[in-house]
Amino acid sequence: MNKTSQNTPDKGVLTVENLSVSIGSRTLINNINLAVDAGEVLCVIGPNGAGKTTLLRTIGQDLTPDSGHISFAQQPLTRMAPRARARQLAVLTQHNPLTFAFTGREVVALGRSPHSTGVVIDDDICQAAMAALDVSHLAQRLYPSLSGGEQQRIQLARVLAQVWRAEDASTSARLLLLDEPVTSLDIGHQHQLMQAVREFARTGVAVVMTVHDITLAGAFADRIIALKNGECIAEGSPHEVLTESLISHVFDTPVSIIKHPQTGKPVVLGATETGTTV
Amino acid sequence: MSLVKRTAPRFAWFTLSGLLALSFFVAIAFGSVDLSIVDVVRALTGQPLEGYGAAIVHSIRLPRALLAASVGAILAISGAYLQGLFRNPLADPSLIGVTAGASVGASVAIVFGAGGLGFVSGLSLVSLGAFGGGLLAVWLVYKVSSSINGTSVATMLLMGIAVSALAASLTGLMDYFADNEMLRRLSLWRMGGLDGANYWRAGIAAAVLLVMLLSMGGFSHALNTLLLGESQARHLGVDVERLKTRLIILVAGGVGVSVAMAGSIAFVGLVVPHMVRLWVGPDHRLLLPLSALGGASLLLLADTFARVVIAPTELPVGLVTAILGAPFFISLLKSRRDLQ
Repeated sequence: MNKTSQNTPDKGVLTVENLSVSIGSRTLINNINLAVDAGEVLCVIGPNGAGKTTLLRTIGQDLTPDSGHISFAQQPLTRMAPRARARQLAVLTQHNPLTFAFTGREVVALGRSPHSTGVVIDDDICQAAMAALDVSHLAQRLYPSLSGGEQQRIQLARVLAQVWRAEDASTSARLLLLDEPVTSLDIGHQHQLMQAVREFARTGVAVVMTVHDITLAGAFADRIIALKNGECIAEGSPHEVLTESLISHVFDTPVSIIKHPQTGKPVVLGATETGTTV
Repeated sequence: MSLVKRTAPRFAWFTLSGLLALSFFVAIAFGSVDLSIVDVVRALTGQPLEGYGAAIVHSIRLPRALLAASVGAILAISGAYLQGLFRNPLADPSLIGVTAGASVGASVAIVFGAGGLGFVSGLSLVSLGAFGGGLLAVWLVYKVSSSINGTSVATMLLMGIAVSALAASLTGLMDYFADNEMLRRLSLWRMGGLDGANYWRAGIAAAVLLVMLLSMGGFSHALNTLLLGESQARHLGVDVERLKTRLIILVAGGVGVSVAMAGSIAFVGLVVPHMVRLWVGPDHRLLLPLSALGGASLLLLADTFARVVIAPTELPVGLVTAILGAPFFISLLKSRRDLQ
């Protein structure tokens, strides 16, 4: 296994060292190390219950780790003031229960609430974020009346708006944590959303996201880490991690991996035992 | 279809302010003796008036209108705060047992303390007792019924029933142990309602209302983000624990003082914020102040109605708001069920 923890860059936006979290006697994640640079997209893959969400929630300060360090722009993340942290670290959680009748636009605008940049700038940013996710037409619709996928894209637009500009972040480092952002989307919007996140990362944002669809992770990630039972099994580029032996081991199921005919990126197929065509 | 049809904020401000002024005027003009517009204006501006008009306005109707307006506004703001805290538009101080908890606190204060004190300090002690009881009730209901996904309506309402039942038995216990003199004071307070209004009561209620009005500005933004969810609000830089603690204390204070001054008045905190939300949307920057205006108007109108409908006798105002509010609540429950 090509488990690595020594390739930590000097100027990482996020550095996680020896992170362990347990609830009661159950260890949820054990001794995780990772580092993400500005502009980099890191995808976390693994089977259900592997600790993907736990890892994201711990980095997002929703859970307290048993041991280990999380530093953001070379500072301990726990020491940052909540408001200052919110200006440079945005989190999209898996569940976003909102039953009050805000409009799409108002939900996105809530992403600007940690900032005091003024109405004009905030309006521009909200418009740009909504355009990036193809939800401009939902601006005046009521959030509870939207479909699950539309709600998801509105929520992502809100999170992007929160860390939209580098000049609003006091350390000029920005981090985006996305927990299963594409799960409820159709294939067209999955790719559009991943593309939007990819382009957003290019503006200098570090992105850590959990993804269920391994092929999607392979197509858009710079690096992938694979978790199983709370342990980091592998870390590396999509081509390094997405191998048949490794993915079969992580997910406990035989898989075939082929090359995408156009992009050459790995495509993961579930192999059936009887050999019938998929 | 689902495009928003909202009222322009300026229009809503204008309408509700107008409604409040009108309700205030109506509350002073109507009663078992009706006064003319001219008489009311003359009495309010301190000019001499024939007959008992001036006395009626100054010693009876004006303090009562001030108390009704303050209590109505306090209850509406408390309702809006609770709904934000529970992330649930069905939360209301009376439905989730805060009012009942405050009543127990007030009874305890009356039985064990207020006897030896003068009028004003007695009243303050009763308010403090109601505040303590209300605080315990909100805290308990919140602890049990809230989870990371917001609060379940069912658990919240069931907790309200449980807390109210507990409160009723504690009140009964208090009656059981009270001697004649205490019983007399307890029943006097319970009958209190708005007809016990005087400038002291109105003043204490107005002071608490002022605190709530001043608190609104600082809370509206944080409450808006809290509607997204607790961890979402935390990720937006809100100190959620501090916000919740402050909201619980303010709601307990508001409901406590309104119970101590005017008895239990149900549904104002449910109906008013709901109507305002339908009108201008859930943004607390508008919702809170407009609910205050609406709540003050509603209680003034309900009280005027209670006074004139079977004049010269009067109905308790809590009865009027419950008759208005209960069908409203039932239709809300029904429409929520249809949505799911």
